[in-house]
Amino acid sequence: MTAAPVISVRDLRVWYGTERGPVRAVDGVSFDVRAGETLGLVGESGCGKSTLGRGILGLLPSGSAVDGSVRFRDRELVGVKQSDMREMRGAELGLIFQEPMTRLDPLMRISEHFAETLRAHEPELNSEEIDARSIDTLRRMGIPPTRFRHYPHEFSGGMRQRIMIALALVLNPAFVVADEPTTALDVLVEAQILSILADLKRNFDTSLLLITHNLGIVAEACERVAVMYAGRIVEEGDARQVFSDPSHPYTRELLRSTISLSTTALHYIPGSPPDLVDPPSGCHFHPRCPSAMQVCGSLDPVEVRAPSGQRVSCWLHGPDELIPPGGTAPLQRQELASADEA
Amino acid sequence: MPTKPDDLEVDPAHVKPDTTPLDDRPVVLDVRDLRVHFALRGGFFDRLLGRSSGSVKAVDGVSFTLRKGEVLGLVGESGSGKTTTARALLGLAPITGGTVRFDAGPEYGGPVELTGLREPQFRAVRQAIQLVFQDPHASLNPAMDLATAVAHPLKIHHITKDRVEIDRRVRAAFERVGLAPVDQYLHKYPADLSGGQKQRAVLARAIMLNPALLVADEPVSMLDMSVRAKILQLMLDLKRDLGLTYLYVTHDLATAKFFCDTIAIMYLGRIVEIGPAAQIYADPKHPYTRSLLAAIPEPDPSRAVPRNLPRGEVPDAARPPLGCSFHPRCQAAFAPCGWEARDVNALLEQRWTAVAEDEYERERVVVGDPVELEAGLAARLPDTRAGSGAAVALLDEIRRADPDEPFWRGVRSVEPEPAGVRLEFNEPVDPALRNVGPVRVACHLHDPRFAPLATPLETP
Repeated sequence: MTAAPVISVRDLRVWYGTERGPVRAVDGVSFDVRAGETLGLVGESGCGKSTLGRGILGLLPSGSAVDGSVRFRDRELVGVKQSDMREMRGAELGLIFQEPMTRLDPLMRISEHFAETLRAHEPELNSEEIDARSIDTLRRMGIPPTRFRHYPHEFSGGMRQRIMIALALVLNPAFVVADEPTTALDVLVEAQILSILADLKRNFDTSLLLITHNLGIVAEACERVAVMYAGRIVEEGDARQVFSDPSHPYTRELLRSTISLSTTALHYIPGSPPDLVDPPSGCHFHPRCPSAMQVCGSLDPVEVRAPSGQRVSCWLHGPDELIPPGGTAPLQRQELASADEA
Repeated sequence: MPTKPDDLEVDPAHVKPDTTPLDDRPVVLDVRDLRVHFALRGGFFDRLLGRSSGSVKAVDGVSFTLRKGEVLGLVGESGSGKTTTARALLGLAPITGGTVRFDAGPEYGGPVELTGLREPQFRAVRQAIQLVFQDPHASLNPAMDLATAVAHPLKIHHITKDRVEIDRRVRAAFERVGLAPVDQYLHKYPADLSGGQKQRAVLARAIMLNPALLVADEPVSMLDMSVRAKILQLMLDLKRDLGLTYLYVTHDLATAKFFCDTIAIMYLGRIVEIGPAAQIYADPKHPYTRSLLAAIPEPDPSRAVPRNLPRGEVPDAARPPLGCSFHPRCQAAFAPCGWEARDVNALLEQRWTAVAEDEYERERVVVGDPVELEAGLAARLPDTRAGSGAAVALLDEIRRADPDEPFWRGVRSVEPEPAGVRLEFNEPVDPALRNVGPVRVACHLHDPRFAPLATPLETP
């Protein structure tokens, strides 16, 4: 892992203005994605993972504010002019959306979608080159060339998602954000798309940020994983390591509550994710954490490297010298009502 | 149908779990050969001439029984007909054939035949059969507070107008589903609640009339992982305490494994495998069931991405494949599975996705684009340069490149003709559900008449 990072996010913060005050959707997030690497960003709804993905690409709605740094190769993306950003999006930074049904123009043939994209970013191509490039990319996504001039409605949901991925990749972007790319698809089609995404680096040398709520998808398609809770990354590291030996109590509890074929008993996390207008003090997870200590409610956790190698923000892993005396005593709290949940 | 205005306030300590074996319990729902066909409208001239444009067989001969206290999982991909089946049971989709006998016991009015019931009669039945939808947000009126929403069934079914009685029942239902402290939730609106809380409110409303059968259509698939288990647990508790029976409709074999006693796997309107859940998960018989199980992403990176996935997607229900509907995607398909002219197109598309562009251009010239084929059991692959034998050569080439392709097992003969090649296919046989041990499977691999013809099925 010595390759230089393609994208480097440092202390990124995103706020949304609401009537009740600013929502801190992303609250000081840092990570790198290296060339040809797939990083899985996993978390429950409302944890800020989609906002983070869009924040990196400069696609936030008006009424939001961004602070911190996103470096793409040698350029700073935070605060860059919209016109410059637009030029980079597509050509260098790609995005794959969740709903393939709504992202293709029903009045345009697939060939026209590709022509539009390629003409906008690579005006020097002639139409034969455009066709050849598009057909080649589609073929690598498993779309036969005979379907090149069909309309979107002639394709099934899975095929449309393949076309969306091909549209994002035809420009050979160095970095792609895929936001829940398989959520609307059936299990078998989802598995097909996952194996395409897992092959991306072999075929395209693209770095991928794969945003999902499904831990199974991360396990299948990503080398590294970042677990997000209430606007912060609580744990990040090698996917195998994090799944086999989670360091943060949230990761551990989330893994335990995931229902898979090997589930033998139902388990869930008590309580619900916090309101990000007024998040809990200290560690945002402390009100639900079974291992919470006195210090967790008062001091923000510091990021440390766990013995097994992953980065983790949890007082259980120290640093001990920063914990005030008596801070490691178990946290006392009142019982949660059973419906007080997500 | 008399109502059963009993209390929902059950002390769990006094409830004894029903330990009667499943097979000895009374049948609550007996579905026989259920069909829901939707006629296609067709074009103007077709309608003018009275020509039928065919139909979509959303549910095509589905049979199962549901016994008291059982949880039956109806599992399938989108378009499999699982939701239509569930909706048909409640009179929300038109039943065009078969019988549905509902009998929840004398306290619910004894046996009723649901097919052909008219709306007023169906209303009475719906007190005993309740439906829970996937999206809790869409199931609750945003302008109604929870107390009103949960009390709504009492009003619709004219159970009571007594405010004190309504309030008592609503509170009991809230307690039951864990929306406690009750006062905190009574006057909240759906927008104030999280997904899990909304689904709890929906469940409270569903149990309000003390139903016998709960049809739950993907009740947890819109919820977050950390909440799904909680709602599933709640549904299990409700079943135990209130003596409910569940029809659980889902695409998710992982939650179904935990939740269901019996699993029915549906594909394109039919049940392809049905049996005790433990059996189906331990030893899936149908290739479709096997691939569904293999495709579930496990949260364990030491398990690699399954490479042996079925190709393609669920086909168009208006023109289902001949024979077994799954045959075009099935790796184990063989002679009787229903190979037909349409599969030639898929074969060519599959090849052209794999070969380099110049090869594709060359081959496309040979057979023309798009390829014109006859429908049915014979296909003529045209040769644009008649007499050159190029089409025969192309087929040979395709077969050489992948001799294990299941398609070739269905081809009976390949005859060169002056203008192309004529392919004939084996007679298709519709697979029927047959007993294989404790489960029933609709697959020729498990039919002693055909099984010897099959190549051994590789175990995943």
